[in-house]
Amino acid sequence: MHELSITQNILEIATKQAELAGATKVTNVYLVIGQLSSIIDDSVQFYWDIISKDSIAENSKLHFHRVEAEIECLECDHHYKLENELIPCPECGSINIKFITGDEFYMESIEIIN
Amino acid sequence: MKQKIEIVQRIMNANDNVAENVDKKLRNNGIYAINIMASPGAGKTSFILATIRALPQHIRLGVIEGDTAPVTIDSDKVRDQGIPVVQINTGGECHLDAPMIDKALNHLPIDNLDLVIVENVGNLICPAAFKLGTRANVLIASIPEGDDKPYKYPNIYRGLDVLIINKIDLLPYLDFRMDYFRKGVEMLNPGLTTFEVSCKSNQGLDKWVDWLLKQLQQSKLA
Repeated sequence: MHELSITQNILEIATKQAELAGATKVTNVYLVIGQLSSIIDDSVQFYWDIISKDSIAENSKLHFHRVEAEIECLECDHHYKLENELIPCPECGSINIKFITGDEFYMESIEIIN
Repeated sequence: MKQKIEIVQRIMNANDNVAENVDKKLRNNGIYAINIMASPGAGKTSFILATIRALPQHIRLGVIEGDTAPVTIDSDKVRDQGIPVVQINTGGECHLDAPMIDKALNHLPIDNLDLVIVENVGNLICPAAFKLGTRANVLIASIPEGDDKPYKYPNIYRGLDVLIINKIDLLPYLDFRMDYFRKGVEMLNPGLTTFEVSCKSNQGLDKWVDWLLKQLQQSKLA
């Protein structure tokens, strides 16, 4: 559980970018979070409402775009999703696999009022 | 006026930038550093103590101990070996991060060290997300934890440089399928350098220490 420090990073990035753009208010913050980054949306939103108070981002809304962890089989090119447990390629049984998505964790954009 | 601004900035940049500085600081002082991660009870402290005992006397070593609570049980054990040690209490946080390491280095004699061993907080999830600026990420998996951990906690295995399989003296007493375990690791981190050890019987520790000494030597030459 490290959502508090993560949320502080998010606020820092959002307020800095908003100020650079000459904003008076941040209304929406769009985040992209891969399945493998193990961040809990509700928890981030909870901290956000507390720590964004009295900042330019007060009352703004966080939007989470979740990205599933997708695996590519390097033997047969089959693509499959990471469910609860890691499994070998369900098509050919190979363990020669690669994660192609799921590591994302970034701020995509913000909406502001000038 | 309403306006949308594209940003695309990694949230972990704040930590990762400090990790780069830590890496530079360590390299400038000729120090090789390892980050030891594991679940609670896997034997991190025992492994560090066994490594300290097995290393040649001339290797100058410092240790950073991470714990979530204000306890000094682990750091006391290291200090008893005559090793400079810094205790970090994360105050409930589930992992160490780069700024904590940066601060801790101020309390170690870094102009007089060859190796720094960092003992991360016992956790298989959060430490994987935070780079510390160390040269090698080491995970200690232990036999009693079960053979399914790579399948359940895949992410921590992906960023590893070394895997230690500890408590192998318990293999005859437990249903740990080594083939199954290592197959999971192979899926996540093909060809990962792995040592099977027991800190109780010292089995396998010599190979790990040889590997570590080789890294130290190479890092001095670089």
